[in-house]
Amino acid sequence: MPRSRSARVAVLGSVQRRATSSTPSRTNPAVRRRIVATALVLTSLLLLTVYFRESSSGSLHGVQNAGASVLKPFEAAAERIARPFRDTAGWFGDVLGAKSENAKLRKQLDEERRKAIQAAVNARENEQLRRLLAFVDSARFPAGYRYVATRIISRAPSEFEQQVGIAAGASSGILNHDPVVTEDGLVGQVTKVADNVAQVTLLTDETSAVSGLDYRTHADGIVQHGVSGDSLELDRVTKDQVVEKGDVVVTAGWRSKRFASIYPRGIPICKATSVSQVDTNLYKQVQCEPFVNFSSLEVVAVLVPKGR
Amino acid sequence: MPGFDVTKTAALVFFAAIAEVSIFPGLHLLGGHPNVLLLTLVSIALLRGSIYGAAAGFGAGLVVDTANLETLGLSSLLLTLAGYWIGRYGETTGRDRTHAPFLSVAVVTAVYAVGALALRFLLGEPAPARAVLLDTLFPNIFLNLLLTWPVYTLSRRLLPFQIPERTREVHLLGQ
Repeated sequence: MPRSRSARVAVLGSVQRRATSSTPSRTNPAVRRRIVATALVLTSLLLLTVYFRESSSGSLHGVQNAGASVLKPFEAAAERIARPFRDTAGWFGDVLGAKSENAKLRKQLDEERRKAIQAAVNARENEQLRRLLAFVDSARFPAGYRYVATRIISRAPSEFEQQVGIAAGASSGILNHDPVVTEDGLVGQVTKVADNVAQVTLLTDETSAVSGLDYRTHADGIVQHGVSGDSLELDRVTKDQVVEKGDVVVTAGWRSKRFASIYPRGIPICKATSVSQVDTNLYKQVQCEPFVNFSSLEVVAVLVPKGR
Repeated sequence: MPGFDVTKTAALVFFAAIAEVSIFPGLHLLGGHPNVLLLTLVSIALLRGSIYGAAAGFGAGLVVDTANLETLGLSSLLLTLAGYWIGRYGETTGRDRTHAPFLSVAVVTAVYAVGALALRFLLGEPAPARAVLLDTLFPNIFLNLLLTWPVYTLSRRLLPFQIPERTREVHLLGQ
């Protein structure tokens, strides 16, 4: 017998299949495994089918209810044991959630606050525009003029310059020296014009001067800036003219052969707050309070002659 | 099967199932919640083989369905198949592999979710596919993977590793 063959016989020739016993599940793990798995799957399917087909008062439902009753104490005990841990975890979760929710709510609050401010601004602007519209539609509005309603877009950076910027300019027909008013009274005049913006010099500026007229007594003078920032003064009122405290001063609107006032007649300017005279002075000292609140100006109307 | 081993396995499955139905449903982390029962089942099946796995899955499913008053047999069917498959994997390819528990957990979590969804759909029960497959599946896999090692270690301490008997097709001389 060749050597190789003897070796082959030594290994392969002696292969012996284990004797198959009469009970495969005891001796063959693979078979046993398959039997167990198949039995369990079939049992599951059987349970599933019966449970699904029977009514809620069926036997399997009854068994399940009884089983649930048996399991209930275990569940309650487990829940009770786990509650402190779950509460602790929940507390940390709540803290984290509260932090993120807090950030979200803060953002939402900022957004709502911004909207509320915008709404308030819009409402105030709307109210001012309504009042301005009521003014331009009324008989008080000077004849021979049309108006350009516009917003104040800038203010003078210092107290020395009583000027504001408006959001309308030459493209709207505005020129230098056009009067600017609100429904309360005279604001000033346009002193610089660009295409879409213009500069308005207020009555309270040192360079401003308007011919004024006492509405009641027809005493005339020149309205100029007063001693304090927002006050005015009716100057050049001779002592023979009568001006009393509380009198309303309006624009004189004079016209001569060669010249005419840039302001139309009858626009309210201010109300006299004090009247005095001294022997050493040729004129009366009339302090007055402007009708326009220059510090809260937002919407104005520029008066543009209709013939332009 | 040694009797004590069966008792320990049954107790482990029972308490894992009770914990699963009473503690973990209220514990939502990162958009999902861990399935401790599945982790325990994976551990048992890897440590004890496919027969233990299938039996443990069947028993666990019965407890879960009974406690939750759900369709009896639904969880049993899924967990039986899961336990059997993981057991077979542990007996063959996954034998002595360190990554076997993690791979098993990741795969079985996904397969269990899809299987439960499909069975519920077939039974006409609510089957929110989007919630199961998109919203919670990945957080669930992640959380299960996080808990795999502790649960597997605990299970291994309770059920010391026993090499399942190899299927012998050849008997060598002298044995």
